[in-house]
Amino acid sequence: MFTRHIAALATVLLMGTAPLAQAADKPTDPQIAHIAYTAGTIDIEAAKLAIKTSKTKEVVDFAKDMERDHEAVNKQALDLVKKLKVTPEDNATSQALSAAAKEERAKLAKLEGAAFDKAYVENEVAYHKQVNGALETLLIPSASNAELKSLLETGLKIFQGHEQHAEHVAGMLK
Amino acid sequence: MSKRQLWIALVLVFGTSPVQAETIQVTIDKLVFSPATVEAKVGDTIKWVNKDVFAHTATVKGGWEVMIPPKATASLTLQKAEAVDYFCRFHPNMKGHLAVTAP
Ligand SMILES: [Cu+2]
Repeated sequence: MFTRHIAALATVLLMGTAPLAQAADKPTDPQIAHIAYTAGTIDIEAAKLAIKTSKTKEVVDFAKDMERDHEAVNKQALDLVKKLKVTPEDNATSQALSAAAKEERAKLAKLEGAAFDKAYVENEVAYHKQVNGALETLLIPSASNAELKSLLETGLKIFQGHEQHAEHVAGMLK
Repeated sequence: MSKRQLWIALVLVFGTSPVQAETIQVTIDKLVFSPATVEAKVGDTIKWVNKDVFAHTATVKGGWEVMIPPKATASLTLQKAEAVDYFCRFHPNMKGHLAVTAP
């Protein structure tokens, strides 16, 4: 089970749009809520590191945008699970995301100046791309509650916007 | 003043602004500007009504920018005739178009 989840996630993360897995591997709504919330938290933590570390206005502004938006999405997610009386359930996908993020943060924490800016922004592009893929191919199609699905769809648009925003900032750093 | 002169005077006073400036509302809901395309005249006001919990902007590349806070409205009175594409700087996948013509 654990490995299958990891494999499914890896597929989503690597291929982005690859058609995914069997119905048996579909995450449940409590798991989806947990994954979405975790994905937001990861980006908030990366943003906090960037706000603390970067000296570049564009990068700090971008990080503040990430922090603000993902906090807003996560607040909506919390309000929704409360309303639906759903308890987010930890799962292998959330754990894999957190583990990968921890590694990335450790890498970033060793950098400073232009090297940090570049690595942070490039990771933001890649990370948003990955989460977009997971939302599109796995999380949104698997969600059974209509309100959860709708929140994920808004989340997808936010993440797609952030991906473009990150690409723009990456272009400015060059 | 002859009748004809009076008539001309009236035209001069009232005739130059025959239409009232309008306020045109653009709603933002779930990262979508709607309507996405707006036709307006110089002097009209665009009022963006943001239903999202996210801050957005209406930004014209190399031109003006309007900040639109979450759950709030922001307005811009159109100063010149121009046709512009605008987008949200925070979420560049949000796009709108504004065609402003002389009054
Ligand atoms: Cu926006």
